[in-house]
Amino acid sequence: MSSPNSAVVSEANVAQGRVLVEIRDLAKIYRRGNEAIKVFEGVSLDIRNGEFLALMGPSGSGKSTLLNIIAGLDSPTEGTVVVEGQDITRMSGRQLAAWRSTHVGFIFQFYNLLPVLTAAQNVELPLLLTNLSKKERREHVLAALELVGLSDRSQHFPGQLSGGQQQRVGIARALVSDPTIILGDEPTGDLDAASGKEILDLLERLSREFGKTILMVTHDAHAAERAEAIMHMDKGVLSR
Amino acid sequence: MTITRLVWANLRRNKKRTVLTILSVMVAFFLFGTLRSVITTLIRAATVGSETRLVTTNATGISFPLPEAHANRLRAVEGVKLVSWANWFGGVYQDPKQFFAQFAIKAEPYLAMYPELQITAGDRDAFLRERTAALVGVGLLEKFGWQIGQKITLKGTYLPGDFDFTIRAAYTPSDPAMGDEMMLFHYEYFYERSEGKIGPGWYVVQLDRPDRAADVAAAIDAQFKNSSAPTKTETERAFQAGFATMWGNIGFLVSAIGTAVFFAILFVAANTMMMAVRERVGETAVLKTVGFPNGLLFRLVIAESVLITIVGGALGLLLARAAFAGKTPLHAFFPGFGVTTDTLLLGLVVALVLGVVSGAVPALQSARLSVVSALRRVA
Repeated sequence: MSSPNSAVVSEANVAQGRVLVEIRDLAKIYRRGNEAIKVFEGVSLDIRNGEFLALMGPSGSGKSTLLNIIAGLDSPTEGTVVVEGQDITRMSGRQLAAWRSTHVGFIFQFYNLLPVLTAAQNVELPLLLTNLSKKERREHVLAALELVGLSDRSQHFPGQLSGGQQQRVGIARALVSDPTIILGDEPTGDLDAASGKEILDLLERLSREFGKTILMVTHDAHAAERAEAIMHMDKGVLSR
Repeated sequence: MTITRLVWANLRRNKKRTVLTILSVMVAFFLFGTLRSVITTLIRAATVGSETRLVTTNATGISFPLPEAHANRLRAVEGVKLVSWANWFGGVYQDPKQFFAQFAIKAEPYLAMYPELQITAGDRDAFLRERTAALVGVGLLEKFGWQIGQKITLKGTYLPGDFDFTIRAAYTPSDPAMGDEMMLFHYEYFYERSEGKIGPGWYVVQLDRPDRAADVAAAIDAQFKNSSAPTKTETERAFQAGFATMWGNIGFLVSAIGTAVFFAILFVAANTMMMAVRERVGETAVLKTVGFPNGLLFRLVIAESVLITIVGGALGLLLARAAFAGKTPLHAFFPGFGVTTDTLLLGLVVALVLGVVSGAVPALQSARLSVVSALRRVA
């Protein structure tokens, strides 16, 4: 691996158990007319099972784009993303949707809860795509809400919850289908310091106690410090 | 929660808009039910006439009377069983707005050849006995609260003066399309008041065999070809159909209005769904992120749109059915007018199509939404 991004692979390999996500020579280039806008090129990264990683970088550095590609929401121009042996860059839109429903839990910066649904119904959304019975779905939802400390708010609508509580519902939604990896795009970016700390405590607990693999994009150096490892993305170059 | 619950939750998101859209669809389908019923009633009216009766009119036009002397010559035509005649009267009872049809008839043969007018034997005799007697439909009795034996006065229109009648009998039509708001009275009374100037408006000829209709009609017209009043003879059904075709332009107009209404509502419903989908771009992106496939997102929008049009359509159609279930002023012009089950079913199919078509573009937008750009937009 000749690119500066190769170092990330070798260093990560030292750290923990089996590799969950293998990213190789990833490139994302947008085209506007005849002009090619390079977001990043030659990015390679291994994410190991149970790792809690933070990805930092200035705006426009390509970190959210990388996150979206790992989530199967965007496609790379070149390279591969292999998750648990499956190359998601070769999947069709339909296959990716099915893959996301079981492998990815996504936490948004602005929570993105559906305002017309209760907290429990929001958490239940990913489970509507499964074959679980109504009773089983309810059990999973209550367990997820219990885990984020909101079981007493299950019937509240998002508008009746604080920002921190809404983000915890968002985390419960990301957890409920027991995904392979949890991806957070600035999960504390819209919260005050106290609420942000609660969310980071929760993510840390999910990693430590439940062995969840988490990749979190953040601007906040304090938030990033809570992760096991911090990666930096700047001008399309990924480094630890 | 189920996917259906998700559709329901989306519909309740902006209740005012959903209710207003349903109301506009309801009004459109009320119009659809009404206008379509005008057409079906016209079509039905064209098939009311019998194939065993011929109608002979003046070849110049129905507004030109025929000589009474034609009656005997008609009776002599081979294949003719009975001959009667009638005239349009057009009198006014109290108020010109209270329109109902009145005909002067050569009563005895007329009633004999119209078994569709169901009258009790006693009433029939009472009507035939009295020169100024009137035979009225049960609907008319009910409408004006008349009683058998009651005297009524109609003001003549093309015949001047007041015409006094005594209601002696009431009929019930065996086919609702015939209508039960008609008044019949004796031709003799009419003829006398016209001072012998107005002959029969048209003859009705009962055939002994319906398969001879064409031959008999041709024989009748041939007989009067070189007379002072040549005739035009056709089956009663063809005669009625001719009247219905006079309404043909109205049928076209009604269809044109119906089509315009359909497209107007199509755009209203489509616009509503476009707005709804545009508002939910971020949420659609979230659903995609958690794994909702494009096909399911497409169906969610279509389901929403169809629910709006089906609920609005069903309400409008049922309202139209209820509005014309009883007696309305329309029944005087269109006997048997009402929203049929066929119209209801057709309306529901149209509502379904409307829902699918109006939801198709926004549903496609929703399904094709790029998650990344949608999330960037709402961030």
